[in-house]
Amino acid sequence: MGAATKAKSEANIKTVENATCTFCGCLCDDMVLTVDMDAKKITKAKNACVLGKALFLSHEEEDRPFALIDGKPATLKEGVEEAAQILANARFPMFYGMSDTTCEAQRQNVALVDMVGGTIDSTTSVCHGPTGMALQGVGESTATLGEIKNRADLVIYWGGNPAESLPRHFARYAVTAKGMYTPNRKKDRTIVNVDVRRTKSVPVADIFIQVKIGADFELLWALRALVKGRHVDPNIEKRTGVSLETMKDLVERMKNCRYGVLFFGMGLSMTRGRHFNSAAILSLASDLNEYTHFIATPMRGHGNVAGADIVVSWQTGYPFGVNFSRGYPKFNPGEFTATDMFARGDADAGLILASDPGSNFTQAAIDHMKKIPMIVLDPKLTHTAKLARVAFTTSHYGINTGGTAYRSDGVPIELRPCLDSKYPSDEEVIRAIYKRVEQLLKTRKKTKGANNKRRKAA
Amino acid sequence: MAETMILIPGRTTKQGVGLLESKFKKQYRDATTTVEINVEDMARLGLKDGCKVKLRSANGVTTVKCTGRKTEDLPPGVLFIAYGPPTSKLMGTDTGASGMPLSKHLEVELESVN
Ligand code: SF4
Repeated sequence: MGAATKAKSEANIKTVENATCTFCGCLCDDMVLTVDMDAKKITKAKNACVLGKALFLSHEEEDRPFALIDGKPATLKEGVEEAAQILANARFPMFYGMSDTTCEAQRQNVALVDMVGGTIDSTTSVCHGPTGMALQGVGESTATLGEIKNRADLVIYWGGNPAESLPRHFARYAVTAKGMYTPNRKKDRTIVNVDVRRTKSVPVADIFIQVKIGADFELLWALRALVKGRHVDPNIEKRTGVSLETMKDLVERMKNCRYGVLFFGMGLSMTRGRHFNSAAILSLASDLNEYTHFIATPMRGHGNVAGADIVVSWQTGYPFGVNFSRGYPKFNPGEFTATDMFARGDADAGLILASDPGSNFTQAAIDHMKKIPMIVLDPKLTHTAKLARVAFTTSHYGINTGGTAYRSDGVPIELRPCLDSKYPSDEEVIRAIYKRVEQLLKTRKKTKGANNKRRKAA
Repeated sequence: MAETMILIPGRTTKQGVGLLESKFKKQYRDATTTVEINVEDMARLGLKDGCKVKLRSANGVTTVKCTGRKTEDLPPGVLFIAYGPPTSKLMGTDTGASGMPLSKHLEVELESVN
C-alpha cells in the first residue's frame, strides 16, 4: 500500500468513545466504536454485548425512499403533506410508540397530539404500564443503578431474564460489577432468581426459586406476611410451588442484608394479576425498609422507554394512555391505551413513532390498523410500515442522531452519534408535520369563522 | 389429540439479534416460530425436534415448530416462545382496564400437525 493510500484510509477511520448503545434499557454509555467513514459502517463495537454488537455492526443505511405513500415512493414533503392531512382530518387519532427515539422527538410528539386533540400512549402500556399504575397506588422505594452497584449485597431478580434481554445488567450493575462497598464483586453479593422456568439468567444465581405459573402474587403476599411476623400455612406450597422453609430462608436473608434490591420483569406485569403483582413487589420492598434498606425497580426493555414515561409525565402529568380530546390531558388505561383503542376500533387514524405494533399487538388491533390511515416513522421497514398509508424512513437515534435518552433507572444519558444519515431524524419529521397541521387547522378556523359570519349576516 | 397447556411468550437473544437484522429475514422468522416444549410432553405426544404443532387459543390459531427443553428448565404443561407475529394471533384483546393484554399466561391447545 502506498503511503498516500494508507494515510487516506487511516484518516477515514474514526473512533468514537463513550458512545451509547440504545438497544435496551441498560443504555450502556461506554461503547468504543470504530467507524469506517468511507464505507459508512461501524466495524468494531468494543464493550457491546451480543445485542449491542448486532445493533452497531449490522447498521447500514437502507436505500429506501424518504417516504412511502400507499407503498409508492414519495418525497419527504409529499409524505409530510399526506400525514398532516390525515391528522388534521382525524377525529380520534392514536399516537403510539416512542420507546426507540430521543426525548426531543418524544417531546415534539406530545406537542403534536396536544394540538390535534388526540390520544398518546407509549410501549410502556404493553410492558411496565401496570407497574406505572401500581406506583401511583403504593409508591416506590428506588435508587439509581450506580447506587445499586456500589451498595447492594442481596440482589433478587423476579420474573425477568436479563441474560437475554439486558445482557450487561449483571456485569455493569448488579452481579459481577465492582462497587464501592462490593469490591469483591459477586463474592460480596447473594443473587436470587425467582421465575416460573429456568431461564438463561438462572446460572448466575446462588438461589433459584421456581414459582408455579400464575402464583407470583400469592408468593409475594406470603413473603409480606412472613416479613411482618404473621403465621403462614405450610399448605402455601401447594399453591405456589415454594416451600414455607424456602420462603422463611428468603425472608431472613432479606431482613438481614445491608442493602437489598428486587429487580422485576414482565413476568409480573404481563401476567395474570398485572398491576396487583407489581404493587405486591413494590409493597414488599417498602415493608422491608422497617428492617434494612430495600428497593424495588422494574427492568425496562427498550432503549428509551423510560424516557417516554418521563417526557409524557413531564408534559401531561401522566405517564401513558393520555387523551387530549377535551383540550386537557386525561389518563385512563384501558380506555386511552393503544391496544384497546385499536382493537375496539375507536381510533380513526394512527401515528406510530419508532415502534412496530403491527408485529406484536393483538390480531384485532392489527386488523383495525389495516383499515385506518396510519403514519409510521422508522429507520427500518417494519410490519407496521407495510400496512401504513404514509411510512417515513428516519435516521437511527444514537447512531445518526444525538439527543437524550433515559436509562431504566431514570438517569438521562447523552447520545453520541457516529455516522451522518441522509434521512431526517424523527424529531425533524414530527416538527414538519406539526408545522403543516398548524397551518391547516388555522386555515380551517378562519374559513369556519368567515362562514359563521356569512351565516349570521344572511 | 389436542392438549391444553400454558404458553409464555418472552424475549430471547436470537429474536433480538434477528430483529436488528430484519424482521423479514430467516433468523427472526425462525426465532419467533419455534416453541419450546417439555421433553416429557413431547415424548408423550410423539413429537420430535422440528415437528410442526398447531397452537390454538380462544383468540386465534398459529402453526410453529417445536423444540424440547428438560423438565428442570421448563415444567410439563408449560410452553415458551419468543414474541413475534405468531404470538399476536393468540393474545386476547381484554386488557382488564390496564392497557396490557394478558401476554405471558396464555391458555392454548397444542396439537401435532404432522
Ligand atoms: S446491555 Fe443493552 S445497552 Fe448494553 S450493550 Fe447490550 S444491548 Fe446495548
